[in-house]
Amino acid sequence: MRLRLFIAALWLLPLAAYASVRPHQELRDIFYGEILYHAYQDDFFQAISHLDIELGQHRGLDEPELDSFHWHRGQAEFAVGDLELYYRMHLRAGRAIETVLASNVPETERNEAAFRLARLYYRKQDYVNALHAIELIDGKIPKKIESDEQFLRAQIYVAVGKFDEAITLLKDLGYDGAYGGYVEYNLAMAYLQTAQAEKAVVTLDDLGKVTSDDEAVLALKDKGNLKLANYYLDSGDAEKAGYYFSRIRLDGPFSNKALLGAGWVEVAQKKYDRALVPWSLLHEREQTNYSVQEAMMAVPYAYSKLNVHGKAAIMYGKAMDVFAREVDRLDASIKSIREGKFLAALVSKQGEKDKNWVVNLRELPDSPETRYILDLMAAHDFQESLKNYKDLADLRQHLTIWLQNLSVYEDIIELRRQYYEPLLPGIEKQFKKLDSRMRLRIEQRDRLNERIRSLLILRRPEYLATANERALLDRLEKIRVDIEANPDAVTEETLYRLRRLRGLLDWRIKSEFDQRLTEAYKNLQDLDGVIDDLNKQYRAFVRTRQAATQSYEGYTIPIQKLRTQLTETEAKLKRIMARQGRVLEKMAINELDRRRKRLEEYQIKARFALAESYDRASKQQQKRAVEQAASAAEANVDEKVQP
Amino acid sequence: MNTHAQTTGLRLCGVIFAVLLSFLVNAEEVSRQEIKSLDEQVQDVKKDVLNLSAELARLEEKLLFPSNTQVSLFLSMHEGDDFRLDSVQVKLDDKVVAQHLYSFRELEALHLGGVQRLYLGNIRTGEHELVVSYAGKAPAGGEYKRSGSYRLTKEIGPKFVEIRIAGPESTEQDIQFRDW
Repeated sequence: MRLRLFIAALWLLPLAAYASVRPHQELRDIFYGEILYHAYQDDFFQAISHLDIELGQHRGLDEPELDSFHWHRGQAEFAVGDLELYYRMHLRAGRAIETVLASNVPETERNEAAFRLARLYYRKQDYVNALHAIELIDGKIPKKIESDEQFLRAQIYVAVGKFDEAITLLKDLGYDGAYGGYVEYNLAMAYLQTAQAEKAVVTLDDLGKVTSDDEAVLALKDKGNLKLANYYLDSGDAEKAGYYFSRIRLDGPFSNKALLGAGWVEVAQKKYDRALVPWSLLHEREQTNYSVQEAMMAVPYAYSKLNVHGKAAIMYGKAMDVFAREVDRLDASIKSIREGKFLAALVSKQGEKDKNWVVNLRELPDSPETRYILDLMAAHDFQESLKNYKDLADLRQHLTIWLQNLSVYEDIIELRRQYYEPLLPGIEKQFKKLDSRMRLRIEQRDRLNERIRSLLILRRPEYLATANERALLDRLEKIRVDIEANPDAVTEETLYRLRRLRGLLDWRIKSEFDQRLTEAYKNLQDLDGVIDDLNKQYRAFVRTRQAATQSYEGYTIPIQKLRTQLTETEAKLKRIMARQGRVLEKMAINELDRRRKRLEEYQIKARFALAESYDRASKQQQKRAVEQAASAAEANVDEKVQP
Repeated sequence: MNTHAQTTGLRLCGVIFAVLLSFLVNAEEVSRQEIKSLDEQVQDVKKDVLNLSAELARLEEKLLFPSNTQVSLFLSMHEGDDFRLDSVQVKLDDKVVAQHLYSFRELEALHLGGVQRLYLGNIRTGEHELVVSYAGKAPAGGEYKRSGSYRLTKEIGPKFVEIRIAGPESTEQDIQFRDW
């Protein structure tokens, strides 16, 4: 029953996967959008890989609030746990959720984390820990998970045997919500566990009458009717059992069981001719089905009960032929699995694209008869093992490609080295020359700057004299020195003219000082602009030179390390994949072997039944012959006696 | 006496054979413990591969797409726009750098709000011409084709541009470009 509840819950999984990743607000980080793109396609490996990188980079930032990813960080912490869960990394998912639980987060977030952890444990069938996690929920629960939490809590209570609590919760959930159908079915199961058969019957009866377009709900409805029919069949109420069998759809997943059961209902009432109606219908269906194979024995059984032994014998004979053929097919299938063809077919790309790939596996050359293992393939353990195997096959492909890529990277690095290494020394030499010239000019600019600044504090107009003015001043100074050496050589008028010239120059230099200082400042600013451009070019050059060097240096050790890790992981993966493959093969072989044994049992039964039917048929024939002979003799005597 | 001993011996052999046979049969069964242990090992190897994937991504980015030349082009659609996008082509400086044909799942992921990284490459700093063309089926039927261009300015840091496209029934612009 636990498994049934579990399956009922699993049907609802995909919706939840998207809900946890989908942003609660407008997309604020383009890389989070990319993660969504992978997650929405169920490409969980890429989604987790990208999310890990983004979270790692974000956590490493000094000011993470400046990174646009911080808008989605809270959700990303949740999403990584959920994505890991969908990628069947339950251990890591559990740790991610526990981290959220341990951190100082608001009550609603904490409760949501506890809910997710409980769901994780429940899916792993670890019910004690699931109960512990769900009981961590205290206080306000986010609205979006309210009914999910209640349904999960009920499921956990059922799993740990707290049926009364589960019943209260399930009744409270009601039949009309998102879990309609599932609630009724699980409630009925809980009633059965608490010996409240009457309530269980009423609930299943309600479920058996629901109307829906949802195929899953309709299947659940059929299942409920089947459960009720079998319940009444076991308790000897054939009439009611027949009624519930008749409510099951003839094209649903439980139709074969229903047809078989309907026949047995008629047999229980000794209405063998009526039993032939559903069984004959079933008899024509897929011969590998469990119920159909049983019907192959049941139809001749009904004929024999109707004293049609000849027909029964023929049908037993046909059944034996079918069983023999099927046993051969099963043997061939087991052989093909042992030859590794099953595993090869499971991971074939052709299969993945096909919606009915499990059914169509048998179309591949020499692959086993999958019709016999459809039930097994739907089982939780097999599904998990199969998904693990397929995941491992994908990972192996990744590793192979990555190892090849490393060799390509080494080639790229070598090419870059060959190109840049001869070029760089020449460039470096030119760069050094340019660098020293640039430094000189920058020093000159700095000196000018200092001088202009000092002029603001201490007025020194002569510092801003033009070259022409400075030349004139020098000439006047020279004349003054000459006059001092020979004062009699000049007239008073000459001295006056000299003073006038000197005065004129001083006047111009001093009166234009402010304007000249402003111009000097403007010129310095223009120079700064030029120097900025020069510095930009300088930095760009440094970056390019650095990029050129970094394009081939510093990769050898990381690549070697990665190659070692990849090789080791590949070897480990291959070992685990081989073991996982053996497990799958064993499961399939065991199932096929079980079906073969059942067919062999049928063969023995059919052989005996065939012999008995022949015996009875021949006796019946003899009896009929004797009776015919007797009546013929009687007729003869009557003729002779007549006058 | 001899016959009795032979019979006893045969019976004993039979019992031993039966025990051995049952042991062999049991050995072929798959236990839950075995499944659980394997599952944990699979999870462990997945963790290793994810770690390696992150390390490789970092190496690849540093080696092949350094930040000074890196350019990434992303494609998105307006959520709720049920336009059936068939193909996209991107030209950068008059050279086709990306072309993509959409599968149903990819399209569904875009409709739900996922963002596809359409191109990751290298360009020089400066101005570049980006031309995007797309084609698909309109919800009402018929082919729908649009094209748009954008002047992309690449600076020292990595450049990320989102190309947001819309179908015929959308109230939004056909193509919107956004620098991230």
